[in-house]
Amino acid sequence: MANMNPKRNEMPTQDASVRAHNFNEVALGYSEQTAIDEANRCLNCKNMPCVSGCPVKIHIPEFIGKIKEGDFEAAYQIITKSSSLPAVCGRVCPQETQCESKCVRGIKGESVGIGRLERFVADWHNTFCTEEPTRPQSNGHKVAIVGSGPSGLTCAGDLAKKGYDVTVYEALHTPGGVLVYGIPEFRLPKAIVAKEVETLKKLGVKIETNIVIGKTLTVDELFEMGYEAVFIGSGAGLPNFMGIPGESLNGVYSANEFLTRSNLMKSYRDNPETPIMKGGKVAVVGGGNVAMDAARTALRLGADKVYIVYRRSMEELPARREEVEHAEEEGIEFCLLCNPVEIIGYNNPNDARDPKNRFVTGITCVRMELGEPDARGRRKPIAVPNSEFTIDVDTVVMAIGTSPNPLIKSTTEGLDVNPRGCIVVNEDGLTSRSAVYAGGDAVTGAATVISAMGAGKIAAQAIDKAISE
Amino acid sequence: MYKIVDKKILNPTVIQLLIEAPLVAKKAKPGQFIILRVDEDGERIPLTVAGTNPENGTVKIIFQVVGATTKKLSYKEQGDCIQDFVGPLGVPTHLNGLKKVCIVGGGVGCAIALPIAEALHAMNAEVTSIIGFRNKDLLILENEFKACSDTLRVMTDDGSYSEKGNVTLPLKEMLEAGERFDMIITIGPLVMMKYVVATAKPYGTPVTVSMNPIMIDGTGMCGGCRLTLNVDGKKVTKFACVDGPDFNGYEIDFDEAMSRGRMYGEFERHKYEETCNLYQKEVQ
Repeated sequence: MANMNPKRNEMPTQDASVRAHNFNEVALGYSEQTAIDEANRCLNCKNMPCVSGCPVKIHIPEFIGKIKEGDFEAAYQIITKSSSLPAVCGRVCPQETQCESKCVRGIKGESVGIGRLERFVADWHNTFCTEEPTRPQSNGHKVAIVGSGPSGLTCAGDLAKKGYDVTVYEALHTPGGVLVYGIPEFRLPKAIVAKEVETLKKLGVKIETNIVIGKTLTVDELFEMGYEAVFIGSGAGLPNFMGIPGESLNGVYSANEFLTRSNLMKSYRDNPETPIMKGGKVAVVGGGNVAMDAARTALRLGADKVYIVYRRSMEELPARREEVEHAEEEGIEFCLLCNPVEIIGYNNPNDARDPKNRFVTGITCVRMELGEPDARGRRKPIAVPNSEFTIDVDTVVMAIGTSPNPLIKSTTEGLDVNPRGCIVVNEDGLTSRSAVYAGGDAVTGAATVISAMGAGKIAAQAIDKAISE
Repeated sequence: MYKIVDKKILNPTVIQLLIEAPLVAKKAKPGQFIILRVDEDGERIPLTVAGTNPENGTVKIIFQVVGATTKKLSYKEQGDCIQDFVGPLGVPTHLNGLKKVCIVGGGVGCAIALPIAEALHAMNAEVTSIIGFRNKDLLILENEFKACSDTLRVMTDDGSYSEKGNVTLPLKEMLEAGERFDMIITIGPLVMMKYVVATAKPYGTPVTVSMNPIMIDGTGMCGGCRLTLNVDGKKVTKFACVDGPDFNGYEIDFDEAMSRGRMYGEFERHKYEETCNLYQKEVQ
């Protein structure tokens, strides 16, 4: 019997007052019973609109059907046919704008909690399944993947399942890319990423850390080493700054640096090896998911007060609704329609050697109002004259996007990039160089984990087709 | 894991290690750097490459014990391994077309200046080297510099060896006497490089400085190593890891770089003491 409750089962979470002070995961996951109850809300539509909203085309009604039967492992097997990282996607995909936005149940109520069910199935598998994935028969073809983020791992996984000999090259010391350096522990526990990487290794994928393609090895050298195709999933790249005075003061971070220190370098732990500024008052500039992650990380590191400074209004805020709600519940203050014009630093006029000199003391902003919609339909923010005011803060985190990293482009002859520096690809993910494919943020500029995975998947299909022909 | 195949103590606080890292050894050029982690959970620190042996697949690093990580590294012995070692990073020092160069090195910076002096010497350029140390005990690499320099001046702050004074003294003397260089390349403490630039300025000699700010990934991703440059009256932000580590000395905002270098001073002092105590306990 279908469960006709218009409301979905709520996701149990840690209480906001508790979780604001720890790095444990915020969402706790469905129980078996809740998962079955939620699965029963799925009407198993014949035309499967949800699948059309999924960048990797997971057979959604099919896996939900297995949950209804209580066969969670079978549900997992259906998901992994399409997704290499189910436990990750179940946590960080913006399902509300993808699969769930197409769900028929969403017309007269809330859509089925597809993401929550995906997460449940993946966690169930990771907890209870002891069966090792079987390594497919090798087909003798070698493929190199540049970067071990979501696009690279997906491409690697899909090719390994087809029998390719796949090596992933990672510049940092830990595989996972943005999943380990960027997304915080409380949203995506690192043990989950490590587990997904282990699964890929059992499929035969080799991961070489500490190798920077474009420096340690070039794309051309990869071909000399016998790889028949190369997939570039090198990620978003260099952090943007606003170009306002004071951005080089001590206590100003890019979101990349702030999150990398906390996540990858573990400076959130007690007595860390890598320092980070903790406590005090923090302003995070920007309104995307990265800004939310940085703000909530600052709070958990012990900040007394955290502000989000965003130049448009709540309506235009690009972060996921759920993340914004979580941030608000935890006590983060949103300074909307505010744009920073200067960061102020301490300066002792009597003592040039005062150790407090050049440390941040505040951020000066102007009030903004929204004008006419631009070409993309977003209303353009305009500064209100003489509306400057200063917020007292000790730390500023700039979360205003990234620009592509030129390392690979500058060392790979014939690799075309667009005027913004993003690698140009065709619909198969093929670049201007033969047998060189690319996907993820290196192609699109900063986007989502799942769209990067979708690109990795498409490239894997194209690589397989090109090599097997 | 990367094996330490040789260890040499150059002076009481400066140590030379040869690390087995064949891919880095094959690629690294003078002026480039590596990033290492001593152990799991360790911090990432950048060190400029002091030499390579592509045949043996080894990379030479020379470092001064200044903080917790370099302290831990100093306790590693021949045969031990370090967790991570990645490179070569950054842009090699531009040496093409240089015929007459003055190398100015200070302290452990001399270790990084040496491969540049050697490369220039191998190109048949005329090399003048000025190397400076606080005192006689801290002197390193004198013979190596002698072998690749047409002129060598060794300075000690306290006069306990060779000439007394800092490195700008002989530089000024030479420039005043009419010596002209295509380029001055200086590597050492920020304050020293700042004064080398000031000394060269009246003579209009180009100065290349090697910057070594705090960094994490070394590939441009974090932006922690950013420097402010003054280019034709306009302030420009550059990342030392991908745009450098070499920069035009006249453009660098040294005061800002010095301040950024001290950002975690308190944390670092505390961590250093803790590391020293920890090793002392182990010895007892």
